[in-house]
Parts: sequence; C-alpha cells; structure tokens
Amino acid sequence: MYVSEKRHLFQRGMKNGLPIGIGYFAVSFSLGIIMRNSGISPLEGLLMSLLNNTSAGEAAAVSIIASGGSYIEMAINQAVINIRYFLMSAALTVHISSNLSIPRRALIGFDITDEIFASLISQKKPVSEYFAWGLAVSTIPMWAAGTMLGIIFGDILSVSIVNALSVALYAMFIAVVIPPAKKDWKILAIVIVSMLSSFVFTLPFLSSHISDGVKIIILTLVISALAAVIWPVKEEGEDA
Amino acid sequence: MHNTYIYILVMAVVTYLVRVIPLIFFKNEIKSVFIKSFLHYVPYVTLSVMTFPAIITASGNSLWGIIGFSVAIIVSLIKGSLPLVASCCCLAVYISSLIF
Repeated sequence: MYVSEKRHLFQRGMKNGLPIGIGYFAVSFSLGIIMRNSGISPLEGLLMSLLNNTSAGEAAAVSIIASGGSYIEMAINQAVINIRYFLMSAALTVHISSNLSIPRRALIGFDITDEIFASLISQKKPVSEYFAWGLAVSTIPMWAAGTMLGIIFGDILSVSIVNALSVALYAMFIAVVIPPAKKDWKILAIVIVSMLSSFVFTLPFLSSHISDGVKIIILTLVISALAAVIWPVKEEGEDA
Repeated sequence: MHNTYIYILVMAVVTYLVRVIPLIFFKNEIKSVFIKSFLHYVPYVTLSVMTFPAIITASGNSLWGIIGFSVAIIVSLIKGSLPLVASCCCLAVYISSLIF
C-alpha cells in the first residue's frame, strides 16, 4: 500500500470520527460532572478517560473509588460492565485482514467502543487499520478533554447548574435503553426488572452489605444470563 | 487507603484485555447462542442498573430527581435522541430546583 493511500484512509477515519468525537465530548463532560461530585481531580479524570474510553465503565468506577472499594472489586466490575466489547472485538476479527500483525491488532483493540465498532463494521472488508487509527485520533482526545473540562467546570459553575448537569449522563443512558425497549417488549421487561432490582439493592438492609460495584456485577450477570436462557437471540447481525 | 491512580491502572488493564483478547486470539466469531444472547442483553441491564435509582439522588434532591427521571423517560419514548433527552432532563431538574 502506498503512503498516500494510507494517509487517505487515516484522514477518512479522522473525518468519520469527528461527529462521534463531538458526541463523546457531551457525554464525557456529563461524566466529568459526576467525577467532580465524587472528588476526582481533573488530571485523574483525564487519565481515566484516555486509558478507558467507556462511559458506563468509568461511571461505575467513580462510585467504586468514592466508596473505597477493593482493587479486586474494581477489576471484576470493569470486566463485567465492559464485556460487551468482547463480543464486538470477536465480531471484528472477521472484518480485518487475517494477515494483520499482532501489534497492529493490539492497537486497534485499544479503541473499541459501541460507536467505533459500528463505524468499523460499516466499512468494506477488510477494514483498514489506518482508518481505525484515524477514528481513534479524532475521538479519544475529545473523550478525554470533555471529561477533564466537566470536572473543571463542575467547580466553576453555580451549584444549581451543577445539580442539574449531574443527571445528564443518566439521562443519556435512558436515551440508549428506552428506544429499543419501546420496540421490543423483552428489552422493556429487562429494563424494568433491572431498575427495580437495582432499587431493592439500595434499601438499607442490602446496601449496608453490598456496594454499588458489587451490585452491578451481580445484577448484570444474573439478569443477563436469565434473559439469555429465557429469550435466546436467534438472528445475527445488528444485535452486536 | 486506596490510590486513585492504581484504581485507574487496574480498570485500564482489565478493560484493555477485554477488548484485545478476541482480536488477537480468536479466528472466528462467537457461535454459542447463549453467550451471544447474554452479551446482547448485558448493556441494557448494566445501564438500567446504573441509572436507577442513581438518577433520583444525583442532583441532591429526590423530588427534582423524580421529575428529571420522568421527563427523560417521556422524551426518550417520543424521540430517543441523546442530546435532546439529556438537555430536557437537565432543564427539568434546573426548573424544579427553582420552584421546589
């Protein structure tokens, strides 16, 4: 492959990543507000976002850090929350060139998120690693910068505005789960059961024994496994 | 006492391994229906568990939280756009905090 072609693919990746990056900025800014409320510093938030690129994972991590959970709890919690990336990564293996070297695969693996995955599999097979790196370059800095600015602005803005912004990330999570729940009653049932179970775990007799991080692990594993047994997903493709 | 940077290191290593192991070691897509179904449902469960009841208490006042939560659900039922749902929810909490 000529250098100019590599550069072209990289630039196309950057261009396709731009709208994703702008969306990331808004989400990670909301995440930064939550981090600030839990006492995470701008540098810590920047580093966490640079190295993780995951909204749900980082939001859960914040509550584990705030409650002083163990490193083991953190490790298991992150593995469970981010396990969907495992499926995406596995699905991606058939979209990239089988000759791609291990270091190059390892680099692509650093930035697999819901949006990046969707963009990668929409490309002609085999998807170029240069395209993937272009996506990463225009999205990861936005994600990290948004987080840090969220934490900084959380200190500058007035209390009532910060209070209002504190619900933004959760509202975005609702915007992710409700539209599919509207179309599929099984998803709706799962969302309702998950929320109710989560509420039960916050009642004093349970919350005094079980932290937020552990609650997420238990409920995610149990409810998802039950749902998979009761309603196995048959059709392939867009489920990822 | 735990160190925040060690927490960050632990989460970064775990999350990276989850992302990179299939890319390096798998030759084919996952075939098991159970595993695929399980992984299909995980995001809905995790996000729901994390959102509720955290959204109620996040703003510091449960009444504002309940109002914000209701607005987020209603708006995402009508039009599930991420920025729209988030803006309406924040605005609802902000207005509630001025009134109540």
